[in-house]
Amino acid sequence: MELEAAKMIGAGLAAIALAGAGVGIGLIFGNYLSGAMRNPSAAQKQFPNLLLGFALAEATGLFGLVVALIILFAF
Amino acid sequence: MATNPMHQFNVYKIGPEIKINGIDLSFTNASLFMLISAISISIFLLLGTKDKKIIPGKFQLLSEILYNFISKMISDTAGKKAKPYFPFIFSLFIFVLFCNMVGMLPYSFTVTSHIIVTLAFAMFIFIGVTILGFVIHGFKYLKIFVPSGVPVVLLPIIMIIEIISYLSRPVSLSVRLFANMMAGHTMLKVFGGFVISLGLVAGWLPLTFSVALTGLEILVAFLQAYVFAILTCIYLNDALNLHH
Repeated sequence: MELEAAKMIGAGLAAIALAGAGVGIGLIFGNYLSGAMRNPSAAQKQFPNLLLGFALAEATGLFGLVVALIILFAF
Repeated sequence: MATNPMHQFNVYKIGPEIKINGIDLSFTNASLFMLISAISISIFLLLGTKDKKIIPGKFQLLSEILYNFISKMISDTAGKKAKPYFPFIFSLFIFVLFCNMVGMLPYSFTVTSHIIVTLAFAMFIFIGVTILGFVIHGFKYLKIFVPSGVPVVLLPIIMIIEIISYLSRPVSLSVRLFANMMAGHTMLKVFGGFVISLGLVAGWLPLTFSVALTGLEILVAFLQAYVFAILTCIYLNDALNLHH
């Protein structure tokens, strides 16, 4: 296989990491909503934690993007 | 004909080339936008603290909100002992926030979308926190690698994992901020390219997306500055209150 083609395939495979990030963000918001429905008075207090969890989960997907960029441009 | 979405991250020199001992110290667009952020922070905070009134004006209110926000964040995550480090965390937060926000203006340059900038921040925090831990606790600070309540059989494996996770802190801290800013800005430019290439007929759809994404990116710009600051607080907490 040509190196250029292998690079493209590798970069595409690295983007699969975003599936995990999608699941993670969905879990965080879903669980926050279900928790907030059960106890609305405690919801406001946990909002910063929600944002923190969202940012942390999103970042793991972006690590995949960085791997893709390294494969494409650094080698 | 969409232009390259990566073109916005180019660093180029402004003015003459300055070299000292073979190290390139020229003034670039990155330094220009860092300077712009620093100057706007100074103007904003000086205006906020110029005339202190009991009933605050707009700028005073904003700076007081920021102060309370960071102060509460530090006391919530790192406890009372972290109070002396307030100026450091405040300036870190506000600088990252302003760099991200200045980057959201059209035709501007996002300083934090370059890994060298965020890695410099992260290494600074990492080395500083490690030195702080050793200064406060001495060699007892190595206990950070030995979590309490772990069976002795598992200890060697856990210790290796803990050491790796400790050493990967600066990498994850810097890559998180860098990747978020870079991915977001690339996405904005890609959608902007769709608007141009689809033209008047179907260009409205990506345009609406682009507007929504700009809102999301402003949220992310704030959120990443917040996450950067709160993770610094958490690392500081590990160094200050060992296994509390």
